[in-house]
Amino acid sequence: MLHIVACIKQVPDTKIIKMNPKTNTMDRSSAPAILNPYDAHAVEEAVRLKNRYGGTVSVLTMGPPPAVKAIRKCIEIGADEGYMITDRAFAGADTLATSYALTKALEKIGKSRSIDLIICGKMTIDGDTGQVGPGIARRLDIPPLTSVKKVVEINKEKGYAIVHRKLEDGYEVVQSTLPCLFSVEKEINEVPYAPLPNMIRAARYQPHIWSVDDLEDVDRTLLGLKGSPTIVSKVWPPEKPKGGEMLTGTPKEQAERIISLLLERKELFRAKEELG
Amino acid sequence: MNLEDYKGVWVFIEQKDGKIARVSLELLGAGRKLADKRGVPLAGVLIGDRVKHLAQEVFAYGADLLYLYDDPIFHHYRTESYMRAVIDCCRKYKPEIFLYGATSTGKDLASAVATDLATGLTADTTMLDVDAETGLLEASRPAFGGNIMATILCKKDRPQMATVRPKVMKALEPVPGRSGQLIEEHLPLGEEDIRTKVLEIVRETQKKVRIDEADIIVAGGKGLGSKEGFQLIHQFADVLGASVGASRDAVEAGWIEHHHQVGQTGVTVTPKIYFAIGISGAIQHLVGMQNSGLIIAINKDPNAAIFQACHYGIVGDAFEIVPLLIEGFQAALAREVQYGGKV
Amino acid sequence: MAEKFDVIVVGAGPAGTACAYTLAKAGVNVLLLERGEYPGSKNVMGGVLYRKMMEDIIPEFYKEAPVERPIVEQRFMMLDKESAVTFSYKGLEWNQPPYNNFTVLRAKFDQWFADKAVQQGALLVNETVALECIVEDGKVVGVRTDRPDGDVYADVVVLADGVNSLLAKSLGFHKEFRPDEVALAVMEVLKLDRKIIEDRFNLEGDQGCTIEIFGDATKGILGTAWLYTNKDSLNIGVGTMLSGLIKHKIKPYELLEYVKQHPMIRPYLQGTEQQEYLAHLIPEGGYNSMPQIVGDGVLVVGDAAQLVNAIHREGSNMAMTSGVLAAEAILRAREANDFSKTMLDSYRVNLLDSFVGQDLKKYKDATHHFEKFPHYIEKYIPMMNRAASQMFTVDGASKWEKQKKIWRDIGSAGDKLKIARDLFQAWRVMK
Ligand SMILES: Cc1cc2nc3c(=O)[nH]c(=O)nc-3n(C[C@H](O)[C@H](O)[C@H](O)COP(=O)(O)OP(=O)(O)OC[C@H]3O[C@@H](n4cnc5c(N)ncnc54)[C@H](O)[C@@H]3O)c2cc1C
Ligand SMILES: Cc1cc2nc3c(=O)[nH]c(=O)nc-3n(C[C@H](O)[C@H](O)[C@H](O)COP(=O)(O)OP(=O)(O)OC[C@H]3O[C@@H](n4cnc5c(N)ncnc54)[C@H](O)[C@@H]3O)c2cc1C
Ligand SMILES: Nc1ncnc2c1ncn2[C@@H]1O[C@H](COP(=O)(O)O)[C@@H](O)[C@H]1O
Repeated sequence: MLHIVACIKQVPDTKIIKMNPKTNTMDRSSAPAILNPYDAHAVEEAVRLKNRYGGTVSVLTMGPPPAVKAIRKCIEIGADEGYMITDRAFAGADTLATSYALTKALEKIGKSRSIDLIICGKMTIDGDTGQVGPGIARRLDIPPLTSVKKVVEINKEKGYAIVHRKLEDGYEVVQSTLPCLFSVEKEINEVPYAPLPNMIRAARYQPHIWSVDDLEDVDRTLLGLKGSPTIVSKVWPPEKPKGGEMLTGTPKEQAERIISLLLERKELFRAKEELG
Repeated sequence: MNLEDYKGVWVFIEQKDGKIARVSLELLGAGRKLADKRGVPLAGVLIGDRVKHLAQEVFAYGADLLYLYDDPIFHHYRTESYMRAVIDCCRKYKPEIFLYGATSTGKDLASAVATDLATGLTADTTMLDVDAETGLLEASRPAFGGNIMATILCKKDRPQMATVRPKVMKALEPVPGRSGQLIEEHLPLGEEDIRTKVLEIVRETQKKVRIDEADIIVAGGKGLGSKEGFQLIHQFADVLGASVGASRDAVEAGWIEHHHQVGQTGVTVTPKIYFAIGISGAIQHLVGMQNSGLIIAINKDPNAAIFQACHYGIVGDAFEIVPLLIEGFQAALAREVQYGGKV
Repeated sequence: MAEKFDVIVVGAGPAGTACAYTLAKAGVNVLLLERGEYPGSKNVMGGVLYRKMMEDIIPEFYKEAPVERPIVEQRFMMLDKESAVTFSYKGLEWNQPPYNNFTVLRAKFDQWFADKAVQQGALLVNETVALECIVEDGKVVGVRTDRPDGDVYADVVVLADGVNSLLAKSLGFHKEFRPDEVALAVMEVLKLDRKIIEDRFNLEGDQGCTIEIFGDATKGILGTAWLYTNKDSLNIGVGTMLSGLIKHKIKPYELLEYVKQHPMIRPYLQGTEQQEYLAHLIPEGGYNSMPQIVGDGVLVVGDAAQLVNAIHREGSNMAMTSGVLAAEAILRAREANDFSKTMLDSYRVNLLDSFVGQDLKKYKDATHHFEKFPHYIEKYIPMMNRAASQMFTVDGASKWEKQKKIWRDIGSAGDKLKIARDLFQAWRVMK
């Protein structure tokens, strides 16, 4: 029986977020809070592995109290248990402090039921770093497998996992010992429309909620803003288009201008070139 | 931690199959500037199996020093082995700044290293500067889905680390024969110390991505006139390796399926490049694409609203302009093949 | 094994939530099904929430509910092409508890209200579409949803799924609407700095204002437009009978664009930024097109039961009251452990007895009356504008001469008689 923990985060939907042009802060009311889309795939993969090998899926999040909603979303997908750590002491954490707090929570979860596998999303759409997953792996001293796009096999008896890791020009087949940590690509699965019993269970579900005092062996100086080596010193709006430059000249000249504009961004066309 | 103990700007030299990643050369260019401003040396860190011959290239692109870990155990990139080498090197030689390409390898490695060294790591940087006096690195990056730019500092910990997006920094012109100091390092590391194994590497060409994840979208509207006319959009998208988007009117005309519809009742997209061809720019369409990185509009009507929302606009007939684009772009790609050898 | 609840309520709008809240508070195990991402996410309303009926459910709700502004002024505008006759009432007694009405944004309000029901113990499941009622032996025993393993059972199912209720239709309670039984409304939420709103609409602090717009706004089609103030946005919309839109071949959003560009309206909207565009049907058939609303194991409430007073733009209040009355009927049925149509029929009786039934009866002919006589809009409103222009233009003519001129403008003796008759008729259906 596997015990898989997926780390998930509630994020503002940055696709529709509006910025306050005066203060350069997010107008949070303009963007609904959603389950980080990458993390939905992490949970789905955990559920699929549970269905394949038997076991339990827990989800863990660090965030403010409304993040309970994101946990419920995971229960809809098929997770069994949800854990949330929430405390003022965690506020303002960068990726280093986040991975520390999550590791402490994972240690506590692991005490009651040891963990075989941790699955994270590729990245969050607000933090947008992809650093937290590998950070957790390092702290727990387990192998991190990033960019996982397919799980070939998990073998708990023999203690290994085999996955496909996405590369710029293909993929590699990697074997790792268990326990280990995956961060998964979106393409690893499609999250299906949840069955009604899951929806009802999710609506009823009350997650385990822990404050910093519920965790053990915590060095508070490593938490939150205090424990974050990076600070944001200033924010400013990205350069705005000067309102549509209209191209002139013959159609051919105009087309050429566009082509040269495109070629300035040719990395988009051939990611492979990166390694040359 | 005594910050004074940390000196020098480092770049992780990413290589695969004995070839240096372009981004590492770009970072040597960026690192050179930072190092000069600070008056400190620029070093590369190269890890691999039989990669010593790359030292010359690293020096040619601006490095003063190269730390080399050359061992069969580094044949494939693996977080566990590479991370140990980098951590070992940092502990020994104490850099003040350490840059990695924001590739999957660079990010993977930097995340693990930063955690171990308990230092700050800024992801996906697009601008770099350094305070000449204090040595404080100013790493700037887009945040919140590109809605703002943020400058990140790491005041109290060293090294200050950042991953940097490919193609935003400029590599220097290589100086053939430029020399530097090669420092060879060894780690007592055996295969039994490493818990992961690469069983196989499979190369494959990339498939088309879904529209909401696409980097490039070519979108067509009612202006294409007919289902046949709309084929032009597909052709152009094929040449660019782009995904196809559409306005609602094009979808409702039955020219393309609904899941290609961009806008209020369709998908919201934020590609790096968005072409709006024969689309008038109704507000319901604009809300779905206005945060795209670069918007190029082609429309017959000079007063079309789309021109207010685009970065570059062409007033003209799609059936004249787009074939020129297809042709021109194909030609440009062919030129690349000639001297670049990679498509 | 599919789960069984005491009651399933389909639709978390004002009607469904009021019903679920009342039931849950009485300890009933109730499932509230909502197809939107969250309650209110897709719901549309001009924006006036009537305080009284909401307070019957949650006293002093305005202390914590996300209401936008208490309305202290109601303006009515009779539009011609380049003029308007406006009258209004403003009263500061409406600016303090218990208030009169509020503007609300449904996306916020419905969510809050549903949360309250959840706090009482109702189970809310979002993003789930009820497809049909499960009927066994002629009795409704549950609901089939669009999800895998999607059947769920209950003693009673309450249909609160809004106008054009899919489920009531599937039971054969009503047919497809005729275009003259529904209005199509389109609406935009426009963002505007709250300070500018207050200056522009002559408001202090949180006060709000509503403007109902008649005449040229609808290009001669029966209907109205409106402009309401929220905290830092405006709601502008226009609703017209579907039959009129079809007849005049006008698309609803073209009509809205026309209203927004109207020289009498345009200045209110300057500097706004579009935030949302919404479209929705309003049942306007009134009493005459009320469907069957009670069956074995099933009740229909709110818009699904066509409970809208088209003349006064009241709907959410009727929805809430019907929801509460349905809940009370269910509680009685539970005591008797009898969920038959006969037992549940007390809902229908009480509803018709309440203000809802009374008002629906009173205005049962109004919509049809106005639709039959388009000249109310096409003719009388322009006439009124010309008269006002005459009276208020200072050009040396005596007021006496002016009155004569206005009188002449109205037309022949026959015309005058007709107008008198029309106005009397209008008064009769509206009074
Ligand atoms: C509630 C609601 C929701 C909506 N949701 C969406 C949505 O999600 N997405 C969406 O796209 N729309 C949506 N719409 C529709 C939207 O309002 C517009 O009607 C639609 O976007 C127009 O599509 P279009 O630009 O392709 O067509 P048109 O407005 O007809 O524009 C065609 C354009 O092509 C140009 N043209 C013609 N021939 C040529 C040529 N040979 N070469 C170059 N240019 C040419 C014309 O000048 C014109 O500007 C919605 C509308 C409503 C009311
Ligand atoms: C433009 C406009 C302006 C209006 N202005 C006012 C006003 O100012 N004041 C006023 O009092 N009234 C107004 N009304 C009327 C008022 O909005 C309605 O009368 C009221 O919302 C009815 O409430 P309801 O709960 O019956 O239906 P709704 O509010 O329509 O709620 C129905 C709910 O059921 C859900 N649903 C529907 N089908 C299903 C399904 N199959 N499965 C699951 N869930 C489903 C919907 O998502 C929705 O949440 C206005 C209406 C419109 C359209
Ligand atoms: N606050 C958090 N709580 C739980 N998991 C998180 C949190 N932040 C990040 N993660 C996990 O780490 C991944 C990478 O996040 P990031 O480094 O922020 O891009 C996410 O996809 C999550 O799986």
